[in-house]
Amino acid sequence: MRGATILKASDDKTRALNKHTLMAFSGEAGDTIQFADYISANAQLYSMRNAIDLSPSAVANFVRGELASSLRSRKPYNVNLLLGGVDPITLKPSLYWLDYLASLAPLPYAAHGYAQYYCLSILDKHHHPDITYEEGLKLLRLCTDELKRRLPIDFKGMLVKVITKDGIEEVEYLDDSKVACP
Amino acid sequence: MDTLVAQYSRPMFEKESYSEDDQLEQYQATPSLSLKFAMPPVAQPAAWLRAATDDHANPNCPIKIAHGTTTLAFRFQGGIIVATDSRATAGNWIASQTVKKVIEINSCLLGTMAGGAADCQYWLAYLGMQCRLHELRHKRRISVAAASKILANLVYSYKGRGLSMGTMCAGVTPSEGPALYYIDSDGTRLAGNLFCVGSGQTFAYGVLDAEYRYDLTEEEALALGSRSILAATHRDAYSGGFINLYHVKEDGWVKHGFSDTNPIFWKTKLEKGEFSNVTSELV
Repeated sequence: MRGATILKASDDKTRALNKHTLMAFSGEAGDTIQFADYISANAQLYSMRNAIDLSPSAVANFVRGELASSLRSRKPYNVNLLLGGVDPITLKPSLYWLDYLASLAPLPYAAHGYAQYYCLSILDKHHHPDITYEEGLKLLRLCTDELKRRLPIDFKGMLVKVITKDGIEEVEYLDDSKVACP
Repeated sequence: MDTLVAQYSRPMFEKESYSEDDQLEQYQATPSLSLKFAMPPVAQPAAWLRAATDDHANPNCPIKIAHGTTTLAFRFQGGIIVATDSRATAGNWIASQTVKKVIEINSCLLGTMAGGAADCQYWLAYLGMQCRLHELRHKRRISVAAASKILANLVYSYKGRGLSMGTMCAGVTPSEGPALYYIDSDGTRLAGNLFCVGSGQTFAYGVLDAEYRYDLTEEEALALGSRSILAATHRDAYSGGFINLYHVKEDGWVKHGFSDTNPIFWKTKLEKGEFSNVTSELV
């Protein structure tokens, strides 16, 4: 988006940091990609040097540190992040919520921006830690339907990526169905 | 009292049409809805009021108006559910946790309160008065459409003068069936099936939209209304306290309690496993 114009409808606002860690970002145009690329380059450098990937929690704490020092610099990055990953050794999935003020919170479900106002109440009600993959997708559908219904913005499609112990995978997510406002 | 009754009542079998005098009186009489209030002695009272009360633009403003709410109402097969929280805040201060945000206009009509607490309380009480006068004049109960229009026209006549209210009028009348209207101080008046109003509206919409259907049973509808308010009280700092729940049916409204959110929250969490982000572990 630039002012009131959509420049690209199918922009990928995520970056893979290693085989099983994915970072989604939003915020100031320019800052987002620069920061995401910087983080992904450093995460990959670590993997090359040490022949082992950083765990999601290690990446999250590294990103937080970078954001915290950026915040106290002359021109801070204005970026909000969601970081998801599966630990390659323990196979535990984890999700981290980070904002431009360098808060870091591990959460069972998270969102940034206006989506928080509509989706968190849905997730509060329907999320359980032991839901299956199919139930997870159904829950995601509840959330995206609500956003389509109530936000005065047309998203022009959604991009869905799934992180499992086998890696990161983009899944097809149809959203051509009309959502009626009751 | 007698003079009042004489003024507003008519003989049982009156002539069908109004006499010329009656018509003249009705035409000339000025029961204009907007009342005359003293205004602050400044050039632009509205701008002055805004400067003194706008918490968002100026956190140090001298007057903090009681704000912040979650209210919801929705129509379903069995009538209308009306539910609210009960917190009143003035700035960051919780002024009260036991506010009645559902105003019982009469035995069949309910109004909800969001925005300025005083504005809502005063004007909904005034609406109640107008509804009673309509009843006495016309010997039948006012329709929800008419009642909501009285309020909408009233607030519209004060537009730009700093009124702040977002209300819903819910009622069942023989002519309309269950009817629900949303009225706000901008002058908007909408009929609809489902509305959430207040700072916690988005959270309530989230839960409500996900499971709302017109053919909900009464138990499902009551549970969904109260769960939606609970969701909003959990996530919105300006909502909380008690859940005030009403069900409006053909033969008037029924109150379904004024229940503390705290035990309901823990019951919901522990028995249904919801709110899984709330943990006792430190991270």
